Amino acid sequence: MSATDKRAGSPAQRLVVLVPYLWLVAFFLVPFLIVLKISLSQTTIAQPPYVPVLDPAAGLQGLREFLSGLSLENYASLLADRLYLSAYLKSLEVAALSTLILLVLGYALAYGLSRAPRRLQPLLMTLVVLPFWTSFLIRVYAWINILQRDGLLNQALGALGLVAEPAVWLSTDTAIYIGIVYSYLPFMVLPIYAALDKLDETLLEAAADLGCPPWRSFWLVTVPLSLPGVYAGVLICFIPIVGEFVIPDLLGGSETVMIGQTLWTEFFANRDWPVASAVAAVLLLLLVVPIVIYQQFQARARDAEA
Amino acid sequence: MRRASWFNVASVGLGLAFLYLPIVILVVYSFNASRLVTVWGGWSLRWYGELLADRAMLEAAATSIAIAVASASAATVLGTLAAVALARHGRFRGRALFTGMIYAPLVMPEVITGLSLLLMFVALAWDRGFLTVTVAHTTLTLCFVAVVVEARLLTFDASLEEAAMDLGCPPMRTFLTVTLPLIWPAIAAGWMLAFTLSLDDLVIASFTTGPGATTLPIRIYSQVRLGVKPEINAICTVLIAVVAFGLVIASLLTKRSHIKQEGMVALGAVR
Repeated sequence: MSATDKRAGSPAQRLVVLVPYLWLVAFFLVPFLIVLKISLSQTTIAQPPYVPVLDPAAGLQGLREFLSGLSLENYASLLADRLYLSAYLKSLEVAALSTLILLVLGYALAYGLSRAPRRLQPLLMTLVVLPFWTSFLIRVYAWINILQRDGLLNQALGALGLVAEPAVWLSTDTAIYIGIVYSYLPFMVLPIYAALDKLDETLLEAAADLGCPPWRSFWLVTVPLSLPGVYAGVLICFIPIVGEFVIPDLLGGSETVMIGQTLWTEFFANRDWPVASAVAAVLLLLLVVPIVIYQQFQARARDAEA
Repeated sequence: MRRASWFNVASVGLGLAFLYLPIVILVVYSFNASRLVTVWGGWSLRWYGELLADRAMLEAAATSIAIAVASASAATVLGTLAAVALARHGRFRGRALFTGMIYAPLVMPEVITGLSLLLMFVALAWDRGFLTVTVAHTTLTLCFVAVVVEARLLTFDASLEEAAMDLGCPPMRTFLTVTLPLIWPAIAAGWMLAFTLSLDDLVIASFTTGPGATTLPIRIYSQVRLGVKPEINAICTVLIAVVAFGLVIASLLTKRSHIKQEGMVALGAVR
């Protein structure tokens, strides 16, 4: 029996698992069940602003009343209203396209980093990671300065004589894409760099010795071996981008509404908690497959490391 | 075979320029004398002066720092426990669910996490404010701490712990005298990561906060919605300076700049 098995047995060691476990069940898992429950409720003007409310004191009778009060009405209204459907589709579209842009730019940057002189690599990687430590909100805000009508981008373009009239950048889809690519770039670069860094260079030398031109060995050797990093980067970017709120809200226009904004408006402006919950439940349903794939991926990567 | 081709130099150069230019511009314009954010009117500390006079902003900053310290500390304890559980406890019952609950919050859209936690607090009839935001941030950031610390636990030799225990050292003492000294850089990095994430969070805080607990991002966001103001540039610059200062101190403290390494491990493993 190994030492690790022994440790898991004692009551003190069991607490090591139990304490964070219970915390996560209470504040991560149970809240989702509550979201599902409230998505089946109806809005009312009260505190809390939904019915039915489960009253544990009423016993079985109360439970029966509670269950009969639940309905799928909110989901029906999500389906009936084009607004929600188009917000979901727009979110998926923005997430897919921006993940693609991130992949191209992130791969180029990660590849450049992995080919940089060895002694410079830690410094360069630190420089790529550093912006992550500064606030997300600040980094999005920084772009408002640049993209607004009389902002620096239009000033620069005007000075270069590229545009006669100041172009509209802020409150457009372009601004959303710029904001997303800017904010998520380190998350795409890191896993790809990690995969490229592990790549055995003798494989490329062997390919070259056998007469394979560099661009072909890139496609036939480098790309396939970097795929684990690519998959990780794609999932890490795609999943949160679908539910992104801050970037489309601050940089986007009123004609593009992503589902994170819809949920926000339903909750804060319309105070319709049941519909907001239904929006969240459907969003979670859309993302459950990529999230599970991501978890499997992480688990496998960890087993490989251990 | 490591020749710097023009393509590689260009991609790294342009990539870094893209990452840093907006931040540099933001910082430079916080020292702009002009009220118009787009017109350069010479160097000035005017907006920092106005910032010092803005009571609401300073109160929000104090609230945010208090929440960040409290939640990062709680998250570091819980996250370290979770990491030890994942890395050293083999296959305990419910391990798959546990792993799922550690990794899912890392990619979960914040609007979902925020809404679900709020509904939970309402169901519990907790008064929303300082405590609820702290609990929400603890829940999110403990997962980041767990991943950073676990990565560290997996990379050092577990036989060191086994040797101590074979020689009769009780598990608790083994953890304190062998494991903890080896993983503390990761724990420190985890705390810093948790602190930064809490200080930065807008969405989850907006859902879970109540009257009297306006955090800095909530305050900044409500100002930004009204338009760009030089004062916002100033507060952002202060925040960037604080984080940069913290990172320098942290890397000096841990000599071989473990923090940066762990920060990278965190990002590599997490996002």
